[in-house]
Amino acid sequence: MSSINNLRDKFRDASRPARGRLGDTLFTVIAFLAAATIILIITLLVYQLFEGALPSIRAFGADFLSSSEWDPVKDIYGARVFIYGTIVSSLLALLMAVPLSLGIAIYLSQFAPRWLRSPLGFIVELLAAIPSVVYGLWGIFVLAPFLGQTIEPFFADHLGGIPIFAGPVYGVGLFAAAVVLAIMILPTISAISRESMLNVSSDQKEAAQALGATPWETVRMSVLPLARPGIIGAIILGLGRALGETMAVTMIIGNRPEISASIFAPAYTIASVIANEFAEVTAGLHMAALVELALILLVITLLLNLLARLLVQRTGSGALKRKRS
Amino acid sequence: MKGDLNRSRRNLTSGFAYLLCLLSTAIALIPLGLILVYVIVQGAPALNLDFLTQLPKPVGETGGGMGNAIVGSLMLIGIAAAIGLPIGVLAGTYLAEFRSPRLSWTVRLLADILSGVPSIIIGVFVYTLLVLTMKRFSALAGGVALAVLMLPTVARTTEEMLRMVPDTLREASLALGISRWRTIVSIVIKTAGGGIMTGIMLALARIAGETAPLLFTALNSRTWPTGLDKPVASLPVQIYTYAIAPYADWHQQAWAGSLVLVLMVLLLSVGSKLYFGRKMRSVR
Repeated sequence: MSSINNLRDKFRDASRPARGRLGDTLFTVIAFLAAATIILIITLLVYQLFEGALPSIRAFGADFLSSSEWDPVKDIYGARVFIYGTIVSSLLALLMAVPLSLGIAIYLSQFAPRWLRSPLGFIVELLAAIPSVVYGLWGIFVLAPFLGQTIEPFFADHLGGIPIFAGPVYGVGLFAAAVVLAIMILPTISAISRESMLNVSSDQKEAAQALGATPWETVRMSVLPLARPGIIGAIILGLGRALGETMAVTMIIGNRPEISASIFAPAYTIASVIANEFAEVTAGLHMAALVELALILLVITLLLNLLARLLVQRTGSGALKRKRS
Repeated sequence: MKGDLNRSRRNLTSGFAYLLCLLSTAIALIPLGLILVYVIVQGAPALNLDFLTQLPKPVGETGGGMGNAIVGSLMLIGIAAAIGLPIGVLAGTYLAEFRSPRLSWTVRLLADILSGVPSIIIGVFVYTLLVLTMKRFSALAGGVALAVLMLPTVARTTEEMLRMVPDTLREASLALGISRWRTIVSIVIKTAGGGIMTGIMLALARIAGETAPLLFTALNSRTWPTGLDKPVASLPVQIYTYAIAPYADWHQQAWAGSLVLVLMVLLLSVGSKLYFGRKMRSVR
């Protein structure tokens, strides 16, 4: 096998554009420029946001992260409320989406009848095709009223002593936003987890079966441990999507800049405050503060995505590669 | 006896786990079904020819439609495609056909990372880049924002599709004395064409529903689009504006707009998958 590859590499070298071939050189340069555009965009993106945020970084320094005052009238800005809302809504969403997504991934990769796997997987992925603004519309008029009249009063009445379930309930708020976020990230997490579970070699499963393992034991002992990096990567990617999701959250989180103990209270996220205020301001510290919020969100999502990609790559390579049976 | 008991308990656990997994899948299908049902039931009554062809009426008057938003959306998608498709396909070609390992690795990773950047941040980026320098909201700025969003998807899909073309085809073509770029354009890209088209249609479906990056680039408008350098209405932004407004008639229109948007997006994504078959794996 490797000698064939060597031969092929040599052949590739021999087929490199000869000096005289203008067309080849031109095409190579154009394709290179296109690829370089992606590097340029990321560089420009970081630079532009940093430059735009500079006045706010100079004015507030590290206080920007810890202060919870956001007052355009007094021109004082702090991000704590928005960072809180972003992180809590996303973590709540993960709490609901991860168990469901893993159940789906296990069912679709291990348990479901073969003829059903691909169509069912496709239908689950359709959830990712529905535009965010449609989730928001459905959230405002269907989900939030439903939650506000049934589930939330139930918790507030029976468990209201615990601060996180305390009323009053409005329907719109952190919890409603988290439910919609959970629905939206479900296809991401389940699709990528499923892929890494499919990448587990059948040897590993057959070994467990030969030892007399039940179907679930096979999954627990051979599939889940080997697919773990991919699953963790999938969860991190889902988290990244939840943190940056804008429209649906803006429409149902209540947009109130407060930190409250209850998950039923309204809150505010980084993405929502940008969506609500950015078009109205034209310059000054307010604009810089909004750009700094965007910069914070960008840095968080860049790091999460980098981590996730490296993890997902690990399950896709080498010893774990699926055998074609 | 004891062994049997143990075995049956383990089988029971296994059956229970199976049921939980089945249940998870069933639960995931509920919101999908509910959303589709609501969009159809609420949207269909307000969907008529006026809605598709008329301008919005002033506040207080009922009737009117989202004609300008539909045209605006098509215009924005057109601009995005004109910029994003050539660059994306060429970048993907570079990744697949010209192997300079270090650069390809970097570009591939950056493309994956770019596709994970929240769309609202792309909006802020294009705002500082174009809207501030041109001193106006414009259809062009909105189109550029959407182009940035579709670029990584198109590039990575093109790359994956080209990699599936067997090397023997390239070698056969080169052995006939055909130049490298002709080989790539007429043989390799043509062979992978179906898969690339599927990826392109999925990327278009994704940007068709994007709202956040348009809020402060293309802005919104209550008239027909007049030029690339003017603000332009789009279906998603119009749905958002109407949904959060306090008028029942506007809510009705928001549902109708959602129905049109969902139909557009589903037609693009389902249609492309069915038409081109399983030439590509799911795009991430």
